[in-house]
Amino acid sequence: MAEALLTLSEIIVRHGQTTVLDIRRLEIFAGETLAVIGPNGAGKSTLLRVIGLLQPLSAGAIDFRGERANGANTLAMRRRMASVLQEPLLLNASVYENAALGLKIRRLERAEIRRRVVPWLDRLGIAHLADRRARTLSGGESQRTSLARALALDPEVLLLDEPFSALDPSTRETLLVDLCDILRQTGITAVFATHDRDEAFMLGMRVGVLSGGKLLQLGGGAEVFTRPVDEKVAEIVGAETGIRGVVESRRGRVVLVRIDGGAAEAIGDFSPGTPVVLCLRPEDIRLSRDLGTGGAGINRLAVTVVKIIPSTAHYRLLLASRAGALSALVPRAAFEVLDVREGDAFSAAFDTTALHAITIAKQ
Amino acid sequence: MDLIWNGIATALALVFGGDAEVWAITWLSLKVSGLATILSLIIGMPLGILLAMSRFPGRALAVALVNTGMGLPPVVVGLFVSIFLWRSGPLGFLDIIYTPTAIVIAQVVIAFPIVAGLTLTSFQTLNPNLALQLAGIGASKAQTLWFLSKEARLPLLAAVMAGFGGIISEVGASMMVGGNIRGQTRVLTTATVLETARGNFDLAIALSLILLALSFAINFVLTHIQQRQLTRWPKPS
Repeated sequence: MAEALLTLSEIIVRHGQTTVLDIRRLEIFAGETLAVIGPNGAGKSTLLRVIGLLQPLSAGAIDFRGERANGANTLAMRRRMASVLQEPLLLNASVYENAALGLKIRRLERAEIRRRVVPWLDRLGIAHLADRRARTLSGGESQRTSLARALALDPEVLLLDEPFSALDPSTRETLLVDLCDILRQTGITAVFATHDRDEAFMLGMRVGVLSGGKLLQLGGGAEVFTRPVDEKVAEIVGAETGIRGVVESRRGRVVLVRIDGGAAEAIGDFSPGTPVVLCLRPEDIRLSRDLGTGGAGINRLAVTVVKIIPSTAHYRLLLASRAGALSALVPRAAFEVLDVREGDAFSAAFDTTALHAITIAKQ
Repeated sequence: MDLIWNGIATALALVFGGDAEVWAITWLSLKVSGLATILSLIIGMPLGILLAMSRFPGRALAVALVNTGMGLPPVVVGLFVSIFLWRSGPLGFLDIIYTPTAIVIAQVVIAFPIVAGLTLTSFQTLNPNLALQLAGIGASKAQTLWFLSKEARLPLLAAVMAGFGGIISEVGASMMVGGNIRGQTRVLTTATVLETARGNFDLAIALSLILLALSFAINFVLTHIQQRQLTRWPKPS
Protein backbone atom coordinates (compact mmCIF):
# COMPACT_ATOMS: atom_id res chain seq x y z
CA MET A 1 0.00 0.00 0.00
CA ALA A 2 1.14 3.53 -0.75
CA GLU A 3 2.37 5.75 2.03
CA ALA A 4 -0.40 7.60 3.84
CA LEU A 5 -0.45 11.32 3.05
CA LEU A 6 -2.58 12.09 6.07
CA THR A 7 -3.16 9.97 9.13
CA LEU A 8 -5.83 10.67 11.71
CA SER A 9 -5.44 8.79 14.97
CA GLU A 10 -7.78 8.52 17.93
CA ILE A 11 -9.65 11.69 16.93
CA ILE A 12 -12.36 12.92 19.30
CA VAL A 13 -14.31 16.14 18.80
CA ARG A 14 -16.80 17.12 21.47
CA HIS A 15 -19.25 19.98 21.52
CA GLY A 16 -20.11 20.35 25.18
CA GLN A 17 -21.20 16.90 26.35
CA THR A 18 -21.89 15.47 22.89
CA THR A 19 -19.22 13.64 20.94
CA VAL A 20 -19.66 14.73 17.34
CA LEU A 21 -16.70 12.86 15.91
CA ASP A 22 -14.93 9.71 17.05
CA ILE A 23 -12.47 8.34 14.49
CA ARG A 24 -10.07 5.69 15.70
CA ARG A 25 -7.91 5.73 12.61
CA LEU A 26 -8.21 7.07 9.10
CA GLU A 27 -5.48 7.15 6.49
CA ILE A 28 -5.73 9.15 3.31
CA PHE A 29 -3.44 8.03 0.54
CA ALA A 30 -1.73 10.21 -2.04
CA GLY A 31 -3.70 10.48 -5.27
CA GLU A 32 -6.91 8.93 -4.02
CA THR A 33 -10.37 10.42 -3.84
CA LEU A 34 -12.04 9.43 -0.61
CA ALA A 35 -15.78 9.99 -0.56
CA VAL A 36 -17.36 10.34 2.86
CA ILE A 37 -21.06 9.59 2.82
CA GLY A 38 -23.49 10.00 5.65
CA PRO A 39 -26.79 11.60 6.58
CA ASN A 40 -27.07 15.20 7.76
CA GLY A 41 -25.48 15.62 11.16
CA ALA A 42 -23.29 12.54 10.74
CA GLY A 43 -20.14 14.59 11.31
CA LYS A 44 -18.99 14.91 7.69
CA SER A 45 -18.27 18.63 7.89
CA THR A 46 -16.53 18.18 11.22
CA LEU A 47 -14.38 15.41 9.76
CA LEU A 48 -13.39 17.62 6.83
CA ARG A 49 -12.55 20.48 9.16
CA VAL A 50 -10.43 18.10 11.23
CA ILE A 51 -8.55 16.93 8.14
CA GLY A 52 -8.13 20.55 7.02
CA LEU A 53 -6.70 21.46 10.46
CA LEU A 54 -9.55 23.92 10.95
CA GLN A 55 -11.13 22.19 13.92
CA PRO A 56 -9.83 22.16 17.49
CA LEU A 57 -9.60 18.54 18.67
CA SER A 58 -10.77 17.25 22.02
CA ALA A 59 -8.27 14.43 21.59
CA GLY A 60 -6.20 12.79 18.92
CA ALA A 61 -3.44 13.56 16.46
CA ILE A 62 -3.04 14.28 12.76
CA ASP A 63 0.09 13.51 10.78
CA PHE A 64 0.68 15.13 7.40
CA ARG A 65 3.39 13.28 5.47
CA GLY A 66 4.70 11.89 8.72
CA GLU A 67 4.86 15.25 10.44
CA ARG A 68 2.54 15.79 13.38
CA ALA A 69 0.35 18.90 13.38
CA ASN A 70 1.20 20.73 16.60
CA GLY A 71 -0.10 24.26 16.43
CA ALA A 72 3.22 25.83 15.49
CA ASN A 73 3.22 24.21 12.05
CA THR A 74 -0.55 24.27 11.54
CA LEU A 75 -0.75 27.35 9.32
CA ALA A 76 2.06 26.09 7.07
CA MET A 77 0.29 22.70 6.79
CA ARG A 78 -3.08 24.29 6.18
CA ARG A 79 -1.52 26.17 3.28
CA ARG A 80 -0.79 22.87 1.58
CA MET A 81 -4.53 22.09 1.51
CA ALA A 82 -7.60 23.85 0.16
CA SER A 83 -11.27 23.71 1.07
CA VAL A 84 -14.39 24.09 -1.03
CA LEU A 85 -17.54 24.39 1.06
CA GLN A 86 -21.20 23.89 0.29
CA GLU A 87 -21.70 27.64 -0.15
CA PRO A 88 -19.21 29.24 -2.53
CA LEU A 89 -18.52 32.10 -0.04
CA LEU A 90 -16.94 34.51 -2.48
CA LEU A 91 -15.76 37.99 -1.57
CA ASN A 92 -17.45 41.05 -3.03
CA ALA A 93 -14.86 41.35 -5.79
CA SER A 94 -14.35 40.09 -9.34
CA VAL A 95 -14.25 36.42 -10.27
CA TYR A 96 -10.53 36.72 -11.01
CA GLU A 97 -9.78 38.36 -7.66
CA ASN A 98 -11.73 35.64 -5.89
CA ALA A 99 -9.95 32.85 -7.72
CA ALA A 100 -6.63 34.54 -6.91
CA LEU A 101 -7.42 35.01 -3.22
CA GLY A 102 -5.61 31.96 -1.85
CA LEU A 103 -2.45 32.82 -3.79
CA LYS A 104 -2.66 36.43 -2.63
CA ILE A 105 -2.89 35.13 0.93
CA ARG A 106 0.35 33.25 0.24
CA ARG A 107 1.88 36.53 -0.95
CA LEU A 108 2.79 35.31 -4.40
CA GLU A 109 3.80 37.81 -7.06
CA ARG A 110 1.14 39.26 -9.31
CA ALA A 111 2.50 37.63 -12.48
CA GLU A 112 2.85 34.24 -10.82
CA ILE A 113 -0.73 34.49 -9.51
CA ARG A 114 -1.99 35.25 -13.02
CA ARG A 115 0.04 32.36 -14.45
CA ARG A 116 -1.62 29.95 -12.02
CA VAL A 117 -5.17 31.30 -11.94
CA VAL A 118 -5.91 31.79 -15.64
CA PRO A 119 -5.58 28.12 -16.68
CA TRP A 120 -8.06 27.11 -13.99
CA LEU A 121 -10.57 29.74 -15.04
CA ASP A 122 -10.23 28.26 -18.54
CA ARG A 123 -10.46 24.68 -17.37
CA LEU A 124 -13.60 25.42 -15.35
CA GLY A 125 -15.19 27.38 -18.18
CA ILE A 126 -15.40 30.72 -16.37
CA ALA A 127 -12.59 32.64 -18.13
CA HIS A 128 -15.17 34.86 -19.83
CA LEU A 129 -16.50 35.86 -16.40
CA ALA A 130 -13.09 36.90 -15.01
CA ASP A 131 -14.05 40.58 -14.63
CA ARG A 132 -17.59 39.98 -13.46
CA ARG A 133 -18.48 40.79 -9.88
CA ALA A 134 -18.95 37.61 -7.87
CA ARG A 135 -22.37 38.80 -6.69
CA THR A 136 -23.78 38.67 -10.19
CA LEU A 137 -22.92 34.99 -10.74
CA SER A 138 -25.31 32.06 -10.80
CA GLY A 139 -24.95 29.28 -8.24
CA GLY A 140 -23.03 27.03 -10.62
CA GLU A 141 -20.69 29.84 -11.73
CA SER A 142 -20.03 30.77 -8.11
CA GLN A 143 -19.16 27.21 -7.21
CA ARG A 144 -16.86 27.00 -10.24
CA THR A 145 -15.12 30.14 -8.97
CA SER A 146 -14.76 28.55 -5.54
CA LEU A 147 -13.28 25.43 -7.16
CA ALA A 148 -10.85 27.56 -9.22
CA ARG A 149 -9.80 29.37 -6.04
CA ALA A 150 -8.96 26.03 -4.41
CA LEU A 151 -7.37 24.36 -7.45
CA ALA A 152 -5.16 27.37 -8.27
CA LEU A 153 -3.41 26.66 -4.97
CA ASP A 154 -2.23 23.33 -6.39
CA PRO A 155 -3.08 21.79 -3.02
CA GLU A 156 -1.71 18.49 -1.81
CA VAL A 157 -5.14 17.76 -0.40
CA LEU A 158 -8.42 19.13 -1.70
CA LEU A 159 -11.31 19.09 0.75
CA LEU A 160 -14.79 19.28 -0.72
CA ASP A 161 -17.70 19.60 1.70
CA GLU A 162 -20.95 18.88 -0.16
CA PRO A 163 -19.91 21.37 -2.84
CA PHE A 164 -22.80 20.63 -5.16
CA SER A 165 -25.70 19.98 -2.83
CA ALA A 166 -27.14 23.48 -3.21
CA LEU A 167 -27.10 23.38 -7.02
CA ASP A 168 -29.90 22.38 -9.38
CA PRO A 169 -29.62 18.83 -10.75
CA SER A 170 -28.36 19.62 -14.27
CA THR A 171 -25.74 22.13 -13.05
CA ARG A 172 -24.72 19.64 -10.40
CA GLU A 173 -24.27 16.87 -12.91
CA THR A 174 -22.06 18.85 -15.32
CA LEU A 175 -19.92 20.14 -12.46
CA LEU A 176 -19.63 16.65 -11.03
CA VAL A 177 -18.39 15.30 -14.36
CA ASP A 178 -15.90 18.20 -14.68
CA LEU A 179 -14.62 17.68 -11.15
CA CYS A 180 -14.31 13.95 -11.70
CA ASP A 181 -12.18 14.57 -14.82
CA ILE A 182 -10.03 17.12 -13.02
CA LEU A 183 -9.39 14.82 -10.08
CA ARG A 184 -8.49 11.88 -12.30
CA GLN A 185 -6.25 13.96 -14.61
CA THR A 186 -4.37 15.89 -11.93
CA GLY A 187 -4.19 13.09 -9.40
CA ILE A 188 -4.93 15.56 -6.60
CA THR A 189 -5.68 13.83 -3.33
CA ALA A 190 -9.24 14.71 -2.43
CA VAL A 191 -11.72 14.09 0.34
CA PHE A 192 -15.29 14.61 -0.74
CA ALA A 193 -18.18 14.73 1.71
CA THR A 194 -21.70 14.14 0.45
CA HIS A 195 -25.03 12.71 1.43
CA ASP A 196 -25.66 11.72 -2.18
CA ARG A 197 -24.99 8.08 -3.03
CA ASP A 198 -24.42 8.71 -6.73
CA GLU A 199 -21.87 11.45 -6.05
CA ALA A 200 -20.05 9.22 -3.57
CA PHE A 201 -20.07 6.27 -5.95
CA MET A 202 -18.97 8.33 -8.93
CA LEU A 203 -16.12 10.24 -7.27
CA GLY A 204 -14.92 7.94 -4.52
CA MET A 205 -12.11 5.50 -5.16
CA ARG A 206 -12.77 4.58 -1.58
CA VAL A 207 -15.97 5.32 0.27
CA GLY A 208 -16.25 5.91 3.99
CA VAL A 209 -19.63 5.68 5.67
CA LEU A 210 -20.06 8.08 8.56
CA SER A 211 -22.91 8.09 11.02
CA GLY A 212 -23.16 9.51 14.50
CA GLY A 213 -19.57 10.71 14.23
CA LYS A 214 -18.23 7.18 13.69
CA LEU A 215 -16.73 5.67 10.58
CA LEU A 216 -18.89 2.58 10.17
CA GLN A 217 -17.29 1.20 7.03
CA LEU A 218 -14.42 2.14 4.75
CA GLY A 219 -13.64 0.40 1.51
CA GLY A 220 -13.84 0.42 -2.26
CA GLY A 221 -16.99 2.00 -3.64
CA ALA A 222 -18.41 -1.22 -5.11
CA GLU A 223 -17.70 -3.08 -1.90
CA VAL A 224 -19.36 -0.55 0.39
CA PHE A 225 -22.40 -0.14 -1.83
CA THR A 226 -23.04 -3.84 -2.35
CA ARG A 227 -21.69 -5.31 0.86
CA PRO A 228 -22.58 -2.99 3.71
CA VAL A 229 -21.24 -4.32 7.00
CA ASP A 230 -24.44 -3.72 8.92
CA GLU A 231 -28.01 -2.50 8.69
CA LYS A 232 -27.05 1.11 9.44
CA VAL A 233 -24.57 1.23 6.57
CA ALA A 234 -27.06 -0.58 4.33
CA GLU A 235 -29.58 2.14 4.98
CA ILE A 236 -27.07 4.92 4.24
CA VAL A 237 -25.75 3.38 1.02
CA GLY A 238 -29.25 2.55 -0.17
CA ALA A 239 -29.46 -1.22 0.16
CA GLU A 240 -32.95 -0.58 1.39
CA THR A 241 -34.35 -4.03 1.68
CA GLY A 242 -33.31 -6.09 4.65
CA ILE A 243 -34.77 -9.57 4.92
CA ARG A 244 -34.24 -11.33 8.22
CA GLY A 245 -33.45 -15.03 8.38
CA VAL A 246 -31.29 -17.72 9.92
CA VAL A 247 -28.30 -19.36 8.25
CA GLU A 248 -29.00 -23.00 7.45
CA SER A 249 -25.79 -24.07 5.78
CA ARG A 250 -22.62 -22.66 4.32
CA ARG A 251 -20.73 -23.57 1.18
CA GLY A 252 -17.57 -21.48 0.67
CA ARG A 253 -18.62 -17.83 0.60
CA VAL A 254 -22.27 -18.66 -0.01
CA VAL A 255 -24.80 -19.25 2.77
CA LEU A 256 -28.25 -20.73 2.49
CA VAL A 257 -30.61 -18.72 4.63
CA ARG A 258 -34.05 -19.81 5.78
CA ILE A 259 -36.49 -16.92 5.52
CA ASP A 260 -40.23 -16.64 6.04
CA GLY A 261 -41.91 -18.00 2.96
CA GLY A 262 -38.83 -19.55 1.41
CA ALA A 263 -35.07 -19.68 1.36
CA ALA A 264 -32.32 -17.63 -0.19
CA GLU A 265 -28.73 -18.10 -1.20
CA ALA A 266 -26.60 -15.10 -0.32
CA ILE A 267 -22.99 -14.02 -0.17
CA GLY A 268 -21.80 -14.21 3.42
CA ASP A 269 -19.57 -15.96 5.87
CA PHE A 270 -21.64 -17.14 8.82
CA SER A 271 -21.99 -20.45 10.58
CA PRO A 272 -25.29 -22.32 10.53
CA GLY A 273 -27.74 -21.07 13.16
CA THR A 274 -26.62 -17.42 12.97
CA PRO A 275 -29.44 -14.86 12.57
CA VAL A 276 -28.61 -12.52 9.68
CA VAL A 277 -30.09 -9.73 7.57
CA LEU A 278 -30.04 -10.15 3.81
CA CYS A 279 -29.28 -6.85 2.06
CA LEU A 280 -30.74 -6.19 -1.31
CA ARG A 281 -30.49 -3.07 -3.47
CA PRO A 282 -33.83 -2.05 -5.01
CA GLU A 283 -32.46 -2.17 -8.57
CA ASP A 284 -31.49 -5.84 -8.12
CA ILE A 285 -35.07 -7.08 -7.73
CA ARG A 286 -36.70 -8.56 -10.85
CA LEU A 287 -40.47 -8.88 -10.97
CA SER A 288 -42.38 -11.41 -13.03
CA ARG A 289 -45.96 -12.58 -13.38
CA ASP A 290 -44.74 -16.19 -13.21
CA LEU A 291 -46.64 -17.33 -10.16
CA GLY A 292 -45.94 -21.08 -10.56
CA THR A 293 -45.10 -22.76 -7.23
CA GLY A 294 -46.90 -19.80 -5.62
CA GLY A 295 -44.28 -17.43 -6.99
CA ALA A 296 -41.84 -18.47 -4.29
CA GLY A 297 -38.75 -20.65 -4.13
CA ILE A 298 -35.00 -20.26 -3.65
CA ASN A 299 -34.21 -16.54 -4.19
CA ARG A 300 -37.81 -15.93 -5.07
CA LEU A 301 -40.55 -14.39 -2.99
CA ALA A 302 -44.28 -14.03 -3.56
CA VAL A 303 -45.01 -10.33 -3.22
CA THR A 304 -47.92 -7.91 -3.42
CA VAL A 305 -47.54 -4.35 -4.70
CA VAL A 306 -48.45 -2.02 -1.84
CA LYS A 307 -47.52 1.32 -3.33
CA ILE A 308 -46.23 2.73 -6.61
CA ILE A 309 -44.03 5.84 -6.46
CA PRO A 310 -43.23 7.24 -9.94
CA SER A 311 -40.01 9.16 -10.67
CA THR A 312 -38.37 10.31 -13.90
CA ALA A 313 -36.58 7.16 -15.02
CA HIS A 314 -37.96 4.55 -12.65
CA TYR A 315 -40.92 3.45 -10.67
CA ARG A 316 -40.26 2.65 -7.05
CA LEU A 317 -42.48 -0.14 -5.78
CA LEU A 318 -43.10 -0.93 -2.17
CA LEU A 319 -43.77 -4.66 -1.93
CA ALA A 320 -45.12 -6.81 0.86
CA SER A 321 -43.98 -10.40 1.30
CA ARG A 322 -44.08 -12.97 4.07
CA ALA A 323 -40.38 -12.24 4.68
CA GLY A 324 -41.09 -8.52 5.17
CA ALA A 325 -41.27 -5.34 3.13
CA LEU A 326 -39.19 -4.95 -0.02
CA SER A 327 -38.36 -1.91 -2.07
CA ALA A 328 -37.86 -2.39 -5.81
CA LEU A 329 -36.80 -0.02 -8.56
CA VAL A 330 -38.33 -0.90 -11.90
CA PRO A 331 -37.34 0.84 -15.16
CA ARG A 332 -40.19 2.65 -16.89
CA ALA A 333 -40.29 0.23 -19.85
CA ALA A 334 -40.48 -2.87 -17.66
CA PHE A 335 -43.12 -1.19 -15.55
CA GLU A 336 -45.30 -0.60 -18.58
CA VAL A 337 -44.80 -4.11 -20.02
CA LEU A 338 -45.68 -5.69 -16.68
CA ASP A 339 -48.66 -3.35 -16.31
CA VAL A 340 -48.06 -3.03 -12.58
CA ARG A 341 -50.98 -1.95 -10.40
CA GLU A 342 -51.29 -1.60 -6.68
CA GLY A 343 -52.60 -4.82 -5.14
CA ASP A 344 -51.16 -7.04 -7.91
CA ALA A 345 -49.33 -10.26 -7.02
CA PHE A 346 -45.85 -10.86 -8.45
CA SER A 347 -42.87 -13.10 -8.05
CA ALA A 348 -39.76 -11.17 -6.99
CA ALA A 349 -36.46 -12.80 -7.89
CA PHE A 350 -32.87 -11.83 -7.14
CA ASP A 351 -29.43 -13.26 -7.83
CA THR A 352 -27.30 -14.82 -5.15
CA THR A 353 -24.56 -12.28 -5.94
CA ALA A 354 -26.99 -9.39 -5.29
CA LEU A 355 -27.88 -10.67 -1.86
CA HIS A 356 -25.48 -10.04 1.02
CA ALA A 357 -25.82 -11.49 4.46
CA ILE A 358 -24.84 -9.10 7.24
CA THR A 359 -25.03 -9.22 11.01
CA ILE A 360 -28.14 -7.90 12.70
CA ALA A 361 -27.57 -4.42 14.15
CA LYS A 362 -27.53 -4.26 17.91
CA GLN A 363 -30.49 -2.30 19.18
CA MET B 1 -32.72 87.54 6.77
CA ASP B 2 -30.19 90.34 7.09
CA LEU B 3 -28.87 88.62 10.14
CA ILE B 4 -28.02 85.50 8.15
CA TRP B 5 -26.49 87.36 5.21
CA ASN B 6 -24.42 89.47 7.55
CA GLY B 7 -23.39 86.32 9.35
CA ILE B 8 -22.27 84.70 6.13
CA ALA B 9 -20.39 87.81 5.09
CA THR B 10 -18.69 87.97 8.47
CA ALA B 11 -17.90 84.29 8.28
CA LEU B 12 -16.23 84.65 4.90
CA ALA B 13 -14.32 87.67 6.11
CA LEU B 14 -13.15 85.78 9.20
CA VAL B 15 -12.18 82.64 7.36
CA PHE B 16 -10.49 84.19 4.40
CA GLY B 17 -9.26 87.19 6.32
CA GLY B 18 -7.27 84.75 8.41
CA ASP B 19 -8.69 85.68 11.81
CA ALA B 20 -6.17 84.11 14.13
CA GLU B 21 -8.63 83.19 16.86
CA VAL B 22 -11.13 81.57 14.51
CA TRP B 23 -8.36 79.55 12.89
CA ALA B 24 -7.02 78.51 16.28
CA ILE B 25 -10.47 77.34 17.37
CA THR B 26 -10.96 75.45 14.11
CA TRP B 27 -7.56 73.83 14.33
CA LEU B 28 -8.14 72.77 17.95
CA SER B 29 -11.55 71.30 17.05
CA LEU B 30 -9.97 69.30 14.24
CA LYS B 31 -7.13 68.06 16.41
CA VAL B 32 -9.34 67.10 19.35
CA SER B 33 -12.13 65.48 17.33
CA GLY B 34 -9.70 63.79 14.92
CA LEU B 35 -7.74 62.25 17.77
CA ALA B 36 -10.97 61.26 19.56
CA THR B 37 -12.29 59.63 16.37
CA ILE B 38 -9.08 57.65 15.87
CA LEU B 39 -9.06 56.51 19.51
CA SER B 40 -12.71 55.48 19.41
CA LEU B 41 -11.99 53.44 16.26
CA ILE B 42 -9.01 51.79 17.97
CA ILE B 43 -11.20 50.84 20.94
CA GLY B 44 -14.59 50.40 19.25
CA MET B 45 -13.68 48.30 16.20
CA PRO B 46 -11.88 45.45 17.98
CA LEU B 47 -14.59 45.47 20.63
CA GLY B 48 -17.31 45.22 17.97
CA ILE B 49 -15.45 42.44 16.13
CA LEU B 50 -14.90 40.55 19.38
CA LEU B 51 -18.59 40.81 20.27
CA ALA B 52 -19.59 39.69 16.77
CA MET B 53 -17.24 36.72 16.50
CA SER B 54 -17.03 35.22 19.97
CA ARG B 55 -19.41 33.60 22.37
CA PHE B 56 -18.90 33.97 26.08
CA PRO B 57 -21.11 34.20 29.15
CA GLY B 58 -22.30 37.76 29.57
CA ARG B 59 -22.00 38.55 25.88
CA ALA B 60 -25.65 39.52 25.59
CA LEU B 61 -25.22 41.93 28.49
CA ALA B 62 -22.11 43.42 26.85
CA VAL B 63 -23.98 43.92 23.57
CA ALA B 64 -26.89 45.58 25.40
CA LEU B 65 -24.42 47.88 27.18
CA VAL B 66 -22.79 48.84 23.88
CA ASN B 67 -26.18 49.51 22.32
CA THR B 68 -27.14 51.69 25.26
CA GLY B 69 -23.79 53.44 24.96
CA MET B 70 -24.61 54.33 21.36
CA GLY B 71 -27.24 56.70 22.65
CA LEU B 72 -25.42 58.15 25.67
CA PRO B 73 -26.40 61.80 26.22
CA PRO B 74 -23.16 63.84 25.96
CA VAL B 75 -24.06 65.83 29.08
CA VAL B 76 -24.22 62.63 31.11
CA VAL B 77 -20.82 61.62 29.79
CA GLY B 78 -19.59 65.15 30.56
CA LEU B 79 -20.87 64.87 34.09
CA PHE B 80 -19.18 61.54 34.82
CA VAL B 81 -15.91 62.38 33.11
CA SER B 82 -15.92 65.63 35.12
CA ILE B 83 -16.46 63.74 38.35
CA PHE B 84 -13.62 61.34 37.55
CA LEU B 85 -11.21 64.09 36.50
CA TRP B 86 -12.24 66.56 39.23
CA ARG B 87 -9.31 67.63 41.37
CA SER B 88 -10.68 65.56 44.28
CA GLY B 89 -11.98 62.79 41.97
CA PRO B 90 -10.46 59.32 41.45
CA LEU B 91 -8.34 60.55 38.51
CA GLY B 92 -7.86 64.06 39.82
CA PHE B 93 -4.13 63.51 40.26
CA LEU B 94 -3.79 63.52 36.46
CA ASP B 95 -4.67 67.20 36.57
CA ILE B 96 -6.25 67.20 33.14
CA ILE B 97 -9.71 68.66 33.75
CA TYR B 98 -10.28 71.76 31.59
CA THR B 99 -7.65 70.63 29.08
CA PRO B 100 -8.06 69.40 25.48
CA THR B 101 -7.09 65.93 26.77
CA ALA B 102 -10.22 65.93 28.95
CA ILE B 103 -12.34 66.76 25.89
CA VAL B 104 -10.73 63.92 23.95
CA ILE B 105 -11.52 61.49 26.78
CA ALA B 106 -15.15 62.56 26.95
CA GLN B 107 -15.56 62.38 23.18
CA VAL B 108 -14.00 58.90 23.06
CA VAL B 109 -16.47 57.74 25.73
CA ILE B 110 -19.30 59.14 23.60
CA ALA B 111 -18.10 57.71 20.28
CA PHE B 112 -16.54 54.31 20.96
CA PRO B 113 -19.87 52.58 21.72
CA ILE B 114 -21.23 53.97 18.44
CA VAL B 115 -18.25 52.55 16.55
CA ALA B 116 -18.41 49.24 18.46
CA GLY B 117 -22.16 48.84 17.93
CA LEU B 118 -22.01 49.54 14.21
CA THR B 119 -18.91 47.35 13.78
CA LEU B 120 -20.76 44.55 15.56
CA THR B 121 -23.71 44.77 13.16
CA SER B 122 -21.41 45.08 10.12
CA PHE B 123 -19.67 41.86 11.04
CA GLN B 124 -22.93 40.13 11.83
CA THR B 125 -24.13 40.77 8.29
CA LEU B 126 -21.24 38.60 7.02
CA ASN B 127 -21.76 34.91 6.42
CA PRO B 128 -20.34 33.18 9.51
CA ASN B 129 -18.79 30.51 7.33
CA LEU B 130 -16.70 33.09 5.49
CA ALA B 131 -14.05 33.03 8.22
CA LEU B 132 -13.89 29.24 7.95
CA GLN B 133 -13.60 29.45 4.15
CA LEU B 134 -10.78 32.01 4.38
CA ALA B 135 -8.91 29.79 6.83
CA GLY B 136 -9.66 26.88 4.49
CA ILE B 137 -7.65 28.49 1.71
CA GLY B 138 -4.77 29.28 4.02
CA ALA B 139 -5.49 32.63 5.65
CA SER B 140 -3.85 33.32 9.00
CA LYS B 141 -5.96 34.79 11.79
CA ALA B 142 -4.81 38.32 10.93
CA GLN B 143 -5.47 37.79 7.22
CA THR B 144 -8.92 36.41 7.99
CA LEU B 145 -9.75 39.53 10.04
CA TRP B 146 -8.38 41.75 7.29
CA PHE B 147 -10.48 40.17 4.55
CA LEU B 148 -13.57 40.09 6.74
CA SER B 149 -13.15 43.81 7.48
CA LYS B 150 -12.64 44.49 3.79
CA GLU B 151 -15.79 42.57 3.05
CA ALA B 152 -17.69 44.65 5.63
CA ARG B 153 -16.11 47.89 4.43
CA LEU B 154 -19.37 49.65 3.50
CA PRO B 155 -21.02 49.39 6.92
CA LEU B 156 -17.62 49.83 8.64
CA LEU B 157 -17.12 53.19 6.95
CA ALA B 158 -20.62 54.09 8.08
CA ALA B 159 -19.40 53.30 11.60
CA VAL B 160 -16.45 55.68 11.12
CA MET B 161 -18.77 58.43 9.86
CA ALA B 162 -21.24 57.94 12.69
CA GLY B 163 -18.42 58.01 15.25
CA PHE B 164 -16.95 61.18 13.77
CA GLY B 165 -20.42 62.72 13.51
CA GLY B 166 -21.12 62.03 17.17
CA ILE B 167 -17.85 63.68 18.15
CA ILE B 168 -17.78 66.77 15.96
CA SER B 169 -21.36 67.74 16.78
CA GLU B 170 -21.12 67.23 20.52
CA VAL B 171 -21.10 70.31 22.76
CA GLY B 172 -22.29 69.43 26.25
CA ALA B 173 -19.40 67.25 27.31
CA SER B 174 -16.77 69.54 25.77
CA MET B 175 -18.23 72.43 27.64
CA MET B 176 -18.31 70.57 30.95
CA VAL B 177 -14.90 68.90 30.91
CA GLY B 178 -13.10 71.50 28.78
CA GLY B 179 -14.55 74.61 30.35
CA ASN B 180 -14.61 76.56 27.06
CA ILE B 181 -11.48 78.46 28.07
CA ARG B 182 -10.49 80.98 25.44
CA GLY B 183 -7.29 80.01 23.67
CA GLN B 184 -7.13 76.67 25.48
CA THR B 185 -10.25 74.55 25.29
CA ARG B 186 -12.58 76.61 23.15
CA VAL B 187 -13.72 74.51 20.19
CA LEU B 188 -16.16 75.29 17.36
CA THR B 189 -19.26 73.98 19.12
CA THR B 190 -18.57 75.55 22.51
CA ALA B 191 -17.60 78.86 20.88
CA THR B 192 -20.85 78.85 18.90
CA VAL B 193 -22.86 78.34 22.09
CA LEU B 194 -21.01 81.20 23.77
CA GLU B 195 -21.36 83.66 20.88
CA THR B 196 -25.05 82.86 20.47
CA ALA B 197 -25.60 83.49 24.17
CA ARG B 198 -23.82 86.81 23.83
CA GLY B 199 -25.99 87.77 20.86
CA ASN B 200 -23.02 87.80 18.46
CA PHE B 201 -25.01 86.00 15.81
CA ASP B 202 -22.72 86.84 12.92
CA LEU B 203 -19.74 85.27 14.66
CA ALA B 204 -21.88 82.31 15.74
CA ILE B 205 -23.01 81.79 12.15
CA ALA B 206 -19.43 82.01 10.96
CA LEU B 207 -18.36 79.34 13.42
CA SER B 208 -21.32 77.10 12.50
CA LEU B 209 -20.54 77.41 8.82
CA ILE B 210 -16.95 76.37 9.42
CA LEU B 211 -18.20 73.43 11.47
CA LEU B 212 -20.61 72.41 8.72
CA ALA B 213 -17.96 72.77 6.02
CA LEU B 214 -15.53 70.67 8.04
CA SER B 215 -18.06 67.98 8.72
CA PHE B 216 -19.14 67.92 5.10
CA ALA B 217 -15.56 67.74 3.80
CA ILE B 218 -14.67 64.79 5.98
CA ASN B 219 -17.91 62.92 5.33
CA PHE B 220 -17.52 63.62 1.63
CA VAL B 221 -14.11 61.96 1.59
CA LEU B 222 -15.38 58.96 3.59
CA THR B 223 -18.49 58.64 1.43
CA HIS B 224 -16.34 58.78 -1.67
CA ILE B 225 -14.25 55.88 -0.36
CA GLN B 226 -17.40 53.99 0.61
CA GLN B 227 -19.33 54.50 -2.61
CA ARG B 228 -16.43 54.05 -5.03
CA GLN B 229 -17.93 50.78 -5.94
CA LEU B 230 -21.62 51.10 -6.54
CA THR B 231 -23.85 48.12 -6.09
CA ARG B 232 -26.10 48.04 -9.09
CA TRP B 233 -29.64 47.26 -8.15
CA PRO B 234 -31.40 45.22 -10.78
CA LYS B 235 -34.25 47.22 -12.29
CA PRO B 236 -37.64 45.60 -11.88
CA SER B 237 -39.19 45.30 -15.31
